[in-house]
Amino acid sequence: MNGTVHVHHKVHRDVVFPVVNAIILILLMFITVYPVLNTVAYSFNDGTDALRGNIGLWPRVFSLKSYESILQDKAVYQAAWISASKTVIITILNLFWTGMLAFTLSRKEYVLRKFITTVMVLTMYVNAGLIPNYLLISKTLGLSKSYWVYIIPTMFSCFNMIVIRTYITGLPDALVESARIDGAGDIRVYWQIIFPLCMPVLATVALFVAVGSWNSWFDTHLYCAGQKALHSLQYLLKMKLATTQASANAAKTSADALKSTTQTTPITIRCAITVISTVPILVVYPFLQKYFVTGMALGSVKG
Amino acid sequence: MVGIARDSRQQAPSRGKGFLRTLCSQWQMMLMSVPMLLYVLLFNYAPMWGWANAFLDYTNKRNVAKGITPWYGLENFKWLFSRADFIQSIRNTLAMSVINLVFGTISSILLAVLLNEVRRRNFKRTVQTVTYLPHFLSMVIVVSMAQNIFASTGPINQMLISMGAVREPVFFLGEGKYFWWLVGVINVWKEVGWNTIIYISAMTAIDPSLYEAAAIDGAGRFQRILHVTLPGIKSTFVILLIMNIGHLMEAGFEIQYLLGSSLVRDFSTTIDIFVLEYGTEKLNIGVATAAGMFKSVVAIILLVGANFVAKRLGEDTLI
Repeated sequence: MNGTVHVHHKVHRDVVFPVVNAIILILLMFITVYPVLNTVAYSFNDGTDALRGNIGLWPRVFSLKSYESILQDKAVYQAAWISASKTVIITILNLFWTGMLAFTLSRKEYVLRKFITTVMVLTMYVNAGLIPNYLLISKTLGLSKSYWVYIIPTMFSCFNMIVIRTYITGLPDALVESARIDGAGDIRVYWQIIFPLCMPVLATVALFVAVGSWNSWFDTHLYCAGQKALHSLQYLLKMKLATTQASANAAKTSADALKSTTQTTPITIRCAITVISTVPILVVYPFLQKYFVTGMALGSVKG
Repeated sequence: MVGIARDSRQQAPSRGKGFLRTLCSQWQMMLMSVPMLLYVLLFNYAPMWGWANAFLDYTNKRNVAKGITPWYGLENFKWLFSRADFIQSIRNTLAMSVINLVFGTISSILLAVLLNEVRRRNFKRTVQTVTYLPHFLSMVIVVSMAQNIFASTGPINQMLISMGAVREPVFFLGEGKYFWWLVGVINVWKEVGWNTIIYISAMTAIDPSLYEAAAIDGAGRFQRILHVTLPGIKSTFVILLIMNIGHLMEAGFEIQYLLGSSLVRDFSTTIDIFVLEYGTEKLNIGVATAAGMFKSVVAIILLVGANFVAKRLGEDTLI
């Protein structure tokens, strides 16, 4: 008797748990995508109507006016160009240097290996801080108000180097040894043998670097705020954020004042720019998604 | 250095000469690595000279304009700790990073456990793909979305009102008492999926025979989670805890800067924002550097301390 009750309970629990678990996870996915879809809905809504709020997953009064007004704005095209070009350049430079560095630091016979590794790993924990960095970049090197301020200070990340190095360490040593016996120098060994084998991990790192560069706004804020031609897409959005923040904080009276005859409002414009600057990430995400999980697992190995 | 000496001794009988000779024979590797070494020395180490500014007097604007910044001793630090707004920024930093640490860790372990129990591979992959996504969105985009979600006419308020929890819309974005929790909620939303990666990879390393043995011993699902899964991720948990304690002074900066406003500044100003305000707006480089230096030094002490404790507990350590 006792036994049957026990078995009954067990069966009951094993059916219930997967169902409850699935419901929780589906709910979690809903919570994850809701804000994104909500913003899309706002961006396609009529501006004046959007001030009333209460828009869910679908626009209440459909309108393309926000997108039309953005796509007529030359500043948006300029910002998109800045964002895209700096992302491409930074990604290429990063992969070029970080890959070679990771290769040399994976070679046990390299006499500077320990020294360079220590210097690199310490950068993950010790940081001079905002002001000393600012003084170096803008005063000593004079990079502020120039396009190069986006490129030059962001060429290295120790975390990415460790990810690549761990991957290379996992490759068979014989590859390098046999190439050397055939007379290949280290540079050729890297570019002709190791580099082609590293494509999966380089794709991961490329994703990290590209997303980081595409998403950055603080460099513009700190070094190029006055140079309209150098504003990035994220910085443009950041400025819109400030204006809607102010209007969200003021009560209804100013919400009325914001109504305009152009049928766009700061809120819908902000949402439309949000959507535009999210789209590139959504486009590359599925392609690179299969790589980055392996990459993360590699990077988690102790440096 | 010991390692280098040992390596070179293996390759050549005379020590100093052998080291140089090996180094010369490795010129190609040097070509591939030394430029980055110099780069890192310039961009990560050279700025530390800037810490000297923490001991200089930047209060006299006329002198600063002429480039005269006399020695100031510890006056900048003394001044900092007499300021209520600096103490407040330390409080805000610690409060938000503790909230992030506690809720971030609990939520990601919980999600990892739930994902680990999913038997359908496709469903598991779908959940992972969806929940990793917010990690790749910039903070500007996230705050833009949060402005809609937490607006007085937004879905959260709508839900609270329809549930009868509140009568009037809650002013989430404009009241200081909500700010820390808002930052916590947004950070969990953004990072919970991503943070499971490391726990899930630790869970896949658990020997399946442990689960079988537990099942034979009559352990139910929850007991298996409690006695096999959670102990299996303990060392990962400890390593991450050490890293996070080392970063306790980093409550993040972007989210507070973007989400904050004059209405909530008493709760949103972190040490980084304090540094930014004094350094780039009030142009007191001395005070700003001192505040940043204080932060860095405390961070190092925290890291070394947590590392020491982990070593004592017999866990893997970071350094």
